[in-house]
Amino acid sequence: MEEIRQIKSDLVEDAVKALFLKANTSIGQDIYNALSDGLNKKEESPCGRDVLGQILRNHDIAREEGVPICQDTGMAVVFLDIGQDVHITGGGLEEAVNRGVARAYEEGFFRKSVVNDPLFDRKNTGDNTPAVIHARIVPGRLLDIMVTPKGFGSENMSALKMLTPAEGVQGVENFVVETVISAGPNPCPPTVVGVGVGGTMEKAALLAKRATLRPVNERHPDSRYAELEIRMFERINNSGIGPAGLGGRITSLAVHLEHAPAHIAGTAVAVNVCCHACRHAQVTL
Amino acid sequence: MEALSLTTPLDTETVRNLQAGDSVLLNGVIYTARDAAHQRLVESADAGRPLPFPIKGQVLYYVGPAPAPSGWAVGPAGPTTSGRMDPYTPRLLELGLKGMIGKGSRSAGVIEAMKRHDAVYLGAVGGAAALVAKSVTGVEIVAYEDLGPEAVYRFTVSHLPLTVLIDCQGRNLYVTGPEKYRRQTQT
Repeated sequence: MEEIRQIKSDLVEDAVKALFLKANTSIGQDIYNALSDGLNKKEESPCGRDVLGQILRNHDIAREEGVPICQDTGMAVVFLDIGQDVHITGGGLEEAVNRGVARAYEEGFFRKSVVNDPLFDRKNTGDNTPAVIHARIVPGRLLDIMVTPKGFGSENMSALKMLTPAEGVQGVENFVVETVISAGPNPCPPTVVGVGVGGTMEKAALLAKRATLRPVNERHPDSRYAELEIRMFERINNSGIGPAGLGGRITSLAVHLEHAPAHIAGTAVAVNVCCHACRHAQVTL
Repeated sequence: MEALSLTTPLDTETVRNLQAGDSVLLNGVIYTARDAAHQRLVESADAGRPLPFPIKGQVLYYVGPAPAPSGWAVGPAGPTTSGRMDPYTPRLLELGLKGMIGKGSRSAGVIEAMKRHDAVYLGAVGGAAALVAKSVTGVEIVAYEDLGPEAVYRFTVSHLPLTVLIDCQGRNLYVTGPEKYRRQTQT
């Protein structure tokens, strides 16, 4: 039998805090490069180039001065891959994650954007908790933590639909493209579009969220899905919406699709739109 | 693209010279207001009470800033979605408001009122919040302190980079921009 590895909950708390401080102030190199590439090689529209230039300058300021990229520092989404031979000690795992979030949002001067109740009270919780936590048990002795602060200008433009198997590839392609085009300037383009196909309703949504976290230069390993990603990407960028919706070539930086086995009677498809500040950070303990 | 330098307050002639798509660097004083402040401003006007600042010729910025780190006048302060202010905007334009800064489309009613009163709608880049904050050199609270980040602040700005989204003739960059770059997808 594998020996159980002990990880102190304090260590998780510190890691979550450090990841949110990093993700909210420092954009990933893949996103930065894609924006630079758009500015230097692809964008023909003067307004579009102006916007891309401002977004890049904003990333430079945020990184150098340690201030948030956007005033909407989002809801705190946390993915945990917990090795089955790991034992968390010294307190609850969820509590540790939430303490890490609260400390990051206080120390980082981040905006607290979470209310306690969606319909009636809508009272600010004051520390941006609770986090939205997605945990799964995986083989091994490691704990992998991926965080993504999710702003709501783009989250509000996301959509989910249960298609019939007969609607097939074309149905998925059309739904994704129409969702992104009808969002226009609202999700702060150029966006990263995450698509989840298959599974049940909630499985598709989770796949879509995970798909936004894939590095933007990485294609799907299955060439049929990779080609579908490219077709959707081209149709979205042919829309002319462009950076900030002012007209141009660069409406999305990437379209990423993740898929899962599906029921014989259905094809769930979820589209999760992420703004140009596609923020995430990851660590393995 | 060559940017036009503008200083607030704005007069009718200046506004008439602006065209959707123009780049602008804004200088001077602007006032922040979002949902709750708009409601109070319009209530005051309708009750015949004076507004907490003279609105004639002024520019409103739709923003709820993050807390200010030390050394900064204001925390990151990118634009919020303007459409939520649409129900109140025609009344404020009637009182002499000349400019608005935000992001996203406006209603037909707002665009009609902008044409009637010669006003301009300017866009800051959503998400470029640290860049906007860098252009803010002074912050003073003006009214509705109880609203926290939704209170009305007077920002002094220097070279705030903006784009004319909708001009006083109703030309709309959110329509004309994408039209110009739309391409037929080869299937």
